[in-house]
Amino acid sequence: MSNVLQGKTGWALLLALAIVFPLVTPNSYYLTVMTLAFIYAIATLGLNLITGYTGQLNLAHGGFMAIGAYTLGILTVDHQVPFWGAFVLSGVVCMAVGYLVGVVSLRLKGHYFSIFTLCIGYIIYLLIEKWESLTHGTVGLIGIPVPASVGPLVFDNVQAQYYLVLFFLVAGTFLMHRIVTSLLGRSFMAVRNSDALAEALGINLMRTKVLSFVLSVSYAGFAGALYAGQVRFLGPDIARTDLTFDMVMAMLVGGTGTLLGPLLGAVLVPWVTQTLQFLQDYRMLVFGPVLILLIIFVPDGIVGSWAKRQARRAAAARRGGKSRAQPAGTPVVANPNANAANAANAGADHA
Amino acid sequence: MTLFLQQVLNGLTLGGVYSLVALGLTLVYGILHVPNFAHGAFYMAGAYVSYYMMTSLGVNYWLAMGAAAIAVAALSMLADRLVFHPLRNAPELHDMIAAIGIMLFLEAGAQALWGADFHRMPTPYGQMVEVLGLTAPAQRLLIIAAAFGLMVLLHLFLTRTVTGSTIVAMAQNREGAALVGIDATRVTLLVFAISGALAAIAATLYAPINLVYPSMGNLVITKAFVIIILGGMGSIPGAIVGGLIIGMAESFGGFYVSTDYKDIIAFVLLVAILSIRPQGLFASKAA
Repeated sequence: MSNVLQGKTGWALLLALAIVFPLVTPNSYYLTVMTLAFIYAIATLGLNLITGYTGQLNLAHGGFMAIGAYTLGILTVDHQVPFWGAFVLSGVVCMAVGYLVGVVSLRLKGHYFSIFTLCIGYIIYLLIEKWESLTHGTVGLIGIPVPASVGPLVFDNVQAQYYLVLFFLVAGTFLMHRIVTSLLGRSFMAVRNSDALAEALGINLMRTKVLSFVLSVSYAGFAGALYAGQVRFLGPDIARTDLTFDMVMAMLVGGTGTLLGPLLGAVLVPWVTQTLQFLQDYRMLVFGPVLILLIIFVPDGIVGSWAKRQARRAAAARRGGKSRAQPAGTPVVANPNANAANAANAGADHA
Repeated sequence: MTLFLQQVLNGLTLGGVYSLVALGLTLVYGILHVPNFAHGAFYMAGAYVSYYMMTSLGVNYWLAMGAAAIAVAALSMLADRLVFHPLRNAPELHDMIAAIGIMLFLEAGAQALWGADFHRMPTPYGQMVEVLGLTAPAQRLLIIAAAFGLMVLLHLFLTRTVTGSTIVAMAQNREGAALVGIDATRVTLLVFAISGALAAIAATLYAPINLVYPSMGNLVITKAFVIIILGGMGSIPGAIVGGLIIGMAESFGGFYVSTDYKDIIAFVLLVAILSIRPQGLFASKAA
């Protein structure tokens, strides 16, 4: 039964749910929350590529989302660039900055890389706050236009915005699926499991890591641009490190190194936040310990743990010897877990 | 010339505080190989405990500092027992994320207990002092004296006492230390206690010329990370020299370049240095 939910059927079901959601939701507030959750999901998908698949914890990811958002905001408000032109440029700018940062930062390993990117995140935040002539400083950017209409499609209402973001989320997820199942995705995972092993296999470490980094921040950039078009106001707060930590948590809740995990986490976390709204600023009082408990007891997240259980069952069934012919899908599911176990071993070796 | 000396004095003040924070960070890293992102939150907690003791309970400055040191040392040991100890065999990514969890929790906790407002900590040393034709606030001189005094004490403790030597031994080789009968769990707890106490003292020293607020630790901790990367993670002299370099760079950069961008200087310095030397300035071979 559960096998039916795996693979294409499961994804189609999720997509159908997402498409139907605006038709059944009682008010537009929920729709706005969902749209924002999808935007964060796009960014988290990117973070998962560099952290979950390639094994480098990038703590500047929120900063790159801010770069994307500010690129769109500055171009449309101060320079009257058409929305979609600015949209493309915000991704391009992010990738260019990401390339420069990646080339320097990815020479560092493990902790050094994370700390370095944390500092990069601070530089981005401080630049946005202090460089008033470009970013309007703490006053922020006001009056960012909604996404311009494409042919007959107009994006001036909440529903249309929702479907627009959903479109990008689906496209981004599909692209990510193609990336991680390709040879390139395999080489990302090889780098995660062991630098030395990957190099021995003939993988160019630096080029692979930089490529993963640039692809990952492009997701953040486009997510930032969508965010700007949706919220229509930008302040330096968007570059705060809290945003990155939120995304790390979303990725962890769902399951790092899986495709569905970050999506699930990114959608789940804002909803939990909504229900905990009476806590407001103190929500971290709950989320901080949750993060710690998760990392100690459920380090694979929801999707990871589930996949692991499935793999264990499949293995048990194989040992039983009765059903030798497993569906072709099973090894694909089993693989990420084998990799995760390897990563854990590799991590223990480094420690 | 006076202006120049004034900047040197400022640099020493900043450098002293940064070095104390970085020392705690580097000690923990040396033992556990965990970049303790929660260290900045410990620093913040120290400032709040002193502030609370002095304003609400009317305790004397030095007693408040001692109480803060003890409270944060206990907090830090608790964090080790509850979080880092269960994760000792986990991949390094997990330690980092758990440390972030502690940081978020403590920050939200401070905000829940004392509000998001900025507070100014009173000090009994508000007067100006004239030294060699330089006027300086007494608090700054106090910071310099206390910070460097503590560094000497820490150095003596690590090199002259048996307990101190066990810490150094653990940092050099964990298995080797265990083989000669050093209790790893106890030493780790001790290191966390020292690290927390140093952070609390640094915060209490620095808070009177700065402000007390829930996210006050963030900038300090990122700078402390810059310092220990510069100085080599786990290196004690590296943390002190690195702290002074960053302190001086900020003081002179803030004065001669731009006060707006003075917080960025440390990070730009890090980016520049790591672009040329990815292993840090004084990195040991063991790293």
